[in-house]
Amino acid sequence: MQKIGVFVCHCGSNIAATVDVARVAEEIRKEPGVVHAEDYPYMCSEAGQAKIASAIKEKGLTAIVVCSCSPRMHEATFRKAASRAGLNPYMVEIANIREHCSWIHKDREEATEKSVILARAAVSKVNLDTPLQPGESRVTKRALVIGGGIAGIQTALDIADAGYEVDIVEKTPSIGGRMSQLDKTFPTLDCSACILTPKMVEAAAHEKITLYTYSEVESISGFVGDFTVEIRKKARSVDMSKCTGCGVCQEKCPSRKAPNEFNRGLDTRSAIYTPFAQAIPNVPVIDREHCIKFKTGKCGVCARVCQAGAIDYEQKDELITRKYGAIVAATGFDMIKLDQFDEFAYSQSPDVITSLELERIMNAAGPTKGHLEKLSDHKPPKSMVFVQCVGSRGQTCRDKSYCSKICCMYTAKHAMLIRDKYPDVDVTVFYIDVRTPGKNFDEFYRRAVEEYGVHYIKGQVGKVAPTEGGLLVQASDLLDNRQILMKTDMVVLAAAIEPDPDVRRLATMLTASIDTNNFLTEAHPKLRPVESPTAGIFLSGVCQGPKDIPETVAQAGAAAIKAVGLLAKDKLVTNPCTAKADELLCNGCSCCARVCPYGAITYEEKEINDHGIREVRRVAAVNDALCQGCGACTVACPSGAMDLQGFSNRQITAEVDAICR
Amino acid sequence: MVYSYYPGCTLKTKARQLDAYARASALALGITLEEIEDWQCCGGVYPLGSDEIAAKLSSVRALQAAEEKKQELVTVCSACHHVLKRVNDDMARVPEIRDKVNRYQADRKDYAGETKVLHFLELLRDRIGFDQLREKTAKPLTGRKIGAYYGCLLLRPAGILAFVDPENPRIMEDFIRALGASPVIYPYRNECCGGYISLKEKDLSGAMTDRIMESAAYMGAEELITACPLCRYNLMHQGGGRSCGLPDGKAEKPKLPVRYFTEVLAEALDVKEQAEAWLEEGGGNIG
Amino acid sequence: MRREAETLGEALRIRRKISREQIETISGVDTAKCMKCGKCTASCPVGEEMDIKPHQFVSYVNRGEIEPLQKSGSLWKCLSCFACVQRCPRDVKPAKLIEAIRLTVIRERGQNYLSPDEIPQLLDPQLPQQLLVSAFRKYSK
Repeated sequence: MQKIGVFVCHCGSNIAATVDVARVAEEIRKEPGVVHAEDYPYMCSEAGQAKIASAIKEKGLTAIVVCSCSPRMHEATFRKAASRAGLNPYMVEIANIREHCSWIHKDREEATEKSVILARAAVSKVNLDTPLQPGESRVTKRALVIGGGIAGIQTALDIADAGYEVDIVEKTPSIGGRMSQLDKTFPTLDCSACILTPKMVEAAAHEKITLYTYSEVESISGFVGDFTVEIRKKARSVDMSKCTGCGVCQEKCPSRKAPNEFNRGLDTRSAIYTPFAQAIPNVPVIDREHCIKFKTGKCGVCARVCQAGAIDYEQKDELITRKYGAIVAATGFDMIKLDQFDEFAYSQSPDVITSLELERIMNAAGPTKGHLEKLSDHKPPKSMVFVQCVGSRGQTCRDKSYCSKICCMYTAKHAMLIRDKYPDVDVTVFYIDVRTPGKNFDEFYRRAVEEYGVHYIKGQVGKVAPTEGGLLVQASDLLDNRQILMKTDMVVLAAAIEPDPDVRRLATMLTASIDTNNFLTEAHPKLRPVESPTAGIFLSGVCQGPKDIPETVAQAGAAAIKAVGLLAKDKLVTNPCTAKADELLCNGCSCCARVCPYGAITYEEKEINDHGIREVRRVAAVNDALCQGCGACTVACPSGAMDLQGFSNRQITAEVDAICR
Repeated sequence: MVYSYYPGCTLKTKARQLDAYARASALALGITLEEIEDWQCCGGVYPLGSDEIAAKLSSVRALQAAEEKKQELVTVCSACHHVLKRVNDDMARVPEIRDKVNRYQADRKDYAGETKVLHFLELLRDRIGFDQLREKTAKPLTGRKIGAYYGCLLLRPAGILAFVDPENPRIMEDFIRALGASPVIYPYRNECCGGYISLKEKDLSGAMTDRIMESAAYMGAEELITACPLCRYNLMHQGGGRSCGLPDGKAEKPKLPVRYFTEVLAEALDVKEQAEAWLEEGGGNIG
Repeated sequence: MRREAETLGEALRIRRKISREQIETISGVDTAKCMKCGKCTASCPVGEEMDIKPHQFVSYVNRGEIEPLQKSGSLWKCLSCFACVQRCPRDVKPAKLIEAIRLTVIRERGQNYLSPDEIPQLLDPQLPQQLLVSAFRKYSK
């Protein structure tokens, strides 16, 4: 029998307001094995921890139970406190009487009773705990960054500058991401390319950074410190070691009808292409779907004109396998499709465009060479209407429930740039709320109104109709309570942003959790915002939630330092709560090996002494370094031979018994 | 293929053509429409108040009649389709309404929304297929530029009617294409014609239909088709003189012919004359 | 519009006071879901004709101010075309709210907006039955 101490935390009023903590201590004192019980306002404070330490020493406790918040919050704190007082840290159990009790109940009597029951269950479990010793695992001193936009580039640069090897995997032919498509950036209006391309060059030139562009992550296995990743390098059809980037192949390519993704499909490009002039690497790829050679076998113009002999039609996808200690997801975003929002006539008129399309139209390298013009007749517009919150902040099946965060500011930017360059163009913005929290943001928006004469009207647009002489915008000015019907030449829709759709597949590979909107979930929304709940996985940029460039860069740096903190360690302490097979019960059936997601179970022929009978049997063996303690094998095992240390079947049963008593 | 058929009051009177063309076309396509016995008027509008139960009974009886024969229930009129589908949805999804309605009808078996309601266009799209329809078209309407007018009753609320995308409907355009004509998409095809307001304020519905006509004509339509007798009536009585807040359009509003969708269908299937002969005779069921 | 003038003026005597809860029950609308974007009014094909606009119906009901709505001419302008319902990003359903108010008015004795006596002069030879049936359902009890 253990000598158990129970410590009941008030958590200020978080627990004590709903649970009679003194009574919990009093009741639990009656449990067999409990030799000490007390309550205290903040068990996690230094004074609280000191109480635990002195009780361990004075009463010779062999196990403790802390009735407090979720173990995800403070289990590590209390284990450390116990350890300092000489107790094996795995002799500590947490009864969660906050999230599981006080926060979700109102009735004090019932909540107190439930707390006692939860405490009893923890006491029953700790009674059967055995001291465990954690092992060690090695750390591969290399990081993988998935996604080569500004988030991925910044994370990679920061990790590399700290002295560690980093690989960037980017699915498109060039790094640069969404930021490379932008013309100017708010609130300073500096040119996006001017601040991004030096970073792209720096990443490409950095001796510690390897770029895998036109590549995708195929599979991920392993665990924190020791991931194994398979990367598919898609066939570029161009030999990167030979290509000089002269661009002649692109000029001569006779197939010119492929939609230009970089310009959001507003114009076309050749079948052999680099997405944009400053692309890194400056090596084209052949889009085999649109290449005449690949479609008909006849052509080969690019191969003929290439002085370097770099064109290789036979090239195949290549799979490479690499080891990493840490992985950073930086997969970015796209705008939602507007198929379901045709009250804005996006599919009916080329003069209704998205903000990102406008960004390309205003860019000197864009489809109109930077001239603001209607796509229907290439004439300059006389007036423009911007519609905010298209698909954001809604609750219906076509909407995103969240605020996309960047639209208010980029719309103010667009409106201001247009009024600056084309003072004759009348610009109206329809908004629901103007949200400008950020340094110099509100000042920026006010400048658009006060200095540039942009009209802001509160009210969402109801309908846009292509009519004779322009687009008819039907809206309501809510502040003046008047209906609006106005003709305009162009309508720009601030479509909601959403995580890149590939992130779902990636999250499964990473065993990282994802929310209902496909944003990767952080380990703690306030205190661990750049870490995934899965150890060794970090989050950078919009894959975690909507953000602008400065926020993305800040988060990218934070993700990098978290990754560096991990890579700087030579060894990691492993969780000793791993599975273990009872060799006397194991019949070698392989059920456990089949369900193990980590490949941690192997079989060995071993001489077993079964109550005096010696024989060689095939039995399961668990590799502690690989086992993550998920417990799948324990439920799969038909003979009950598999058990999870720290969570044994006997312990779970004892907990259930205590609850049902 | 045999279906229960709910014609509705207007198809028996002012919109007999809508009905006759539908029946003649169905016959040509190998579809049997069995008119429900003793059907009653659906009420024209769906009773929106959660406490309006009695107004839903006539629809429920029609739905039950189809359920007893284990047939899908076909309607042609937009309004009937709208009311029947929404009442059916109430019976399937809203226990309070279902229980009350079933208590009203103690003499009948309890009903819980089992019947599938189909608009005639859905029947063409989902049961026959527009490709099949194209093959059966005897006289393709080549060269005709037809604008589909949906109005509201076919489209909204989209979640319950489960018909098409309410902002970008394509079922009638696909239908027009199957008949060999060219569909003309115009932005006001899903905007209201004024509906029942035309009884007391013709100038208001007139202004609204002016806008619809102007939009359709501007996009190049030369005729319009609709599934709703009231829409057709309003479209044919345009001209409000009321601004309705509209910016200046042309003083002279275009007037396009407005046909029932079943008329162009009968034309393409070459059964229009047959249907009209039947209308002349003025009685009996076609076929 | 003779009847309309009567309805709008002193003639309207609603005997029972109606609460926000009653309207929300009849309509099935939760007015608290509204984020005041105004898309309902922007989508309304007769918004220009309304003295109280669709988005205001939502806030009036939310404040429990039902009487001004019962006196509003907007009740007889709304076409239940559901453009507001379909486009509302928060699924508030303003048309159902307007209908609920309309029901509270016509359920009072003598508050019908359409009476059978008016029909002969409104008829024309092409007028479809559907129009009469719909109008009676909407305008009277």
